[in-house]
Amino acid sequence: MAIVELKNVAKQYGSSGNNAVDNFNLVTRDGEFVVLVGPSGCGKSTTMRMIAGLERNTEGEILIGGRDVSQVPPKERDIAMVFQSYALYPHMSVAENMAFSLKLKKRPAEEIKAKVDEAAKTLGIEHLLERKPRELSGGQRQRVALGRAIVRSPQVFLMDEPLSNLDAKLRVDMRAEIVKLHKRLKVTTFYVTHDQVEAMTMGERIVVMKDGEIQQIDTPINLYEYPANRFVAGFIGNPSMNFLRGTLADGVVGGEGYRLTLDAAHQAAVASHHGDIWVGIRPEHLRLADGDEPNNGLEGTVEVVETLGAVTMVQLAVGETTITAQLPGHRQIAIGDSLSLACDSDKLHLFDVDSDRAIGREPAAASSTAAEA
Amino acid sequence: MNSSRFANTAFGVLAWIVALLIFFPILWLLLTAFKTEQQAFTVTPTFWFTPTIESFKTALAQGSGYWHYAWNSALTAVASTVIGLALAVPAAYAMAFYPNKRTDFLLVWMVSTKFIPAVGVLIPIFLVYKTVGLLDHALGLTLLFTAMNLPIIVWMVYSYFRDIPKDIVEAADIDGASIMQTLFKVVLPLALPGLASTGLLALILAWNESFWSITMTDHRAATLAVYIASFKSAEGLFWAKMSAASVLAIAPIIVLGWFTQRQMVRGLTFGAVK
Repeated sequence: MAIVELKNVAKQYGSSGNNAVDNFNLVTRDGEFVVLVGPSGCGKSTTMRMIAGLERNTEGEILIGGRDVSQVPPKERDIAMVFQSYALYPHMSVAENMAFSLKLKKRPAEEIKAKVDEAAKTLGIEHLLERKPRELSGGQRQRVALGRAIVRSPQVFLMDEPLSNLDAKLRVDMRAEIVKLHKRLKVTTFYVTHDQVEAMTMGERIVVMKDGEIQQIDTPINLYEYPANRFVAGFIGNPSMNFLRGTLADGVVGGEGYRLTLDAAHQAAVASHHGDIWVGIRPEHLRLADGDEPNNGLEGTVEVVETLGAVTMVQLAVGETTITAQLPGHRQIAIGDSLSLACDSDKLHLFDVDSDRAIGREPAAASSTAAEA
Repeated sequence: MNSSRFANTAFGVLAWIVALLIFFPILWLLLTAFKTEQQAFTVTPTFWFTPTIESFKTALAQGSGYWHYAWNSALTAVASTVIGLALAVPAAYAMAFYPNKRTDFLLVWMVSTKFIPAVGVLIPIFLVYKTVGLLDHALGLTLLFTAMNLPIIVWMVYSYFRDIPKDIVEAADIDGASIMQTLFKVVLPLALPGLASTGLLALILAWNESFWSITMTDHRAATLAVYIASFKSAEGLFWAKMSAASVLAIAPIIVLGWFTQRQMVRGLTFGAVK
């Protein structure tokens, strides 16, 4: 277990001038589960590879347990990594795969066997120890990859999209297993994923990245409730947040097809703000209007209806914008219907049109963003 | 018969014709080896004759030096293959797993050296060898064979290494393996089929080489190529004896190729299908 600290870490490839990762600052807690999430090419895997030592950071410092490891080769960093492709040694049995690192360290045979057996028991793969990786299913290979990591009792676990090669159901099962494993082992863990659901369900803290830069570092619920900017707001949450361009005047924001009244907190925050603004509304916060809510409603024409049983997903055109509403239960709504929707004022999100930064809402607990980190 | 079956049959027949055309010189060589010199020299070729092993007796007779030449062939072929692999493996490892922007150029440049006709570099190499005393020397021939085959060996080993996912090498790195441990415990075992077929190919190429063997050796380091050529004497061509000598020269490599054909095919198509 160790605290991992990244100070102004940057990675530049060649002399292009573009940083794959820029000004990355983060201090983990001891034993924390940190998820790096973002779209393809955002720099999350590069960041993890720099922590592993597979890529050298071109700027800044990486400290593991207080020791600067920026110039230290991977094998001396006391880390273990689980790869997306599992990266098992195909010519070795499961037991040999798991024992490989301990054999290289010349640990006694009894100790190696005991550790491999213990890890295999933890992961439920005792019966597979003599098999070769090619004889295993995807889920079993993933367990072996995890087993290979845990036998080493490293200071830090690094997991690079370890579940993305598994089918949907197995992914959900393994997700829970990894969380349970982390709770047991309490080893500081970095987990890279592009799947925001995985990030939300697994991370104690989530680092949202885009174009090599941190957009926000916070707990899952704070990212959901208090996104720092329009990118985070749109990335976190499923289905994605709706954005409507509007004009702000006298505590009411409105545009073609909608008018929404702001709550007191928002009104105070936007006191100095007039003119154009982005309004963000999560699909699950929209509901059918009861007809008694002046200045709080959206009017639109239904374009698509998806009945999922527990909820009904409706896409409707509000002015020029198509938004999604997630309505509870099974609704009798037809394409072409006119629909009136409402949203509670405390569920609205406002964003500056120039900087895309959030306006108004603050989390109860301290939130950190790239600028503050 | 539908059109696809007809096409299959036509291609099958075509394949047999091509295979027979390729095999015919070897068949003719084999037949000639069992003929008398008179039968071998007739204007009308004959397929039916009473076979004789006289030519083989002459070719293997004491004084013909078959075993001397065979030993030189084996020594230079094996040694050049071993040295070639020993040089190619680290080079291919670096290029496959730690490429830089010049790697592709370097590979193409190495292979492009094979485009130069051997006779083009004969004079400088001959002079250098004469100066350092490597003419008619097994070491000299071994070095030449190594240099001759190295671009092909590097290229082949490189392509086998490229089929190994880099994640596996990185996993070994994180597991604590040194470069040598990664090479010997992870990469080489995975590339073994490819290395075996590369080695076999290098062995065959060196064994069959004739230009350098005939030019750079006289007797001491001469290989089977020189032995075969020796049957073309001032008194005339001895077709039957030359054929028998040729059969004896190619026999070891054909036997080796026959027993390792499965390995060869596996190696040459290694990684083509995941």
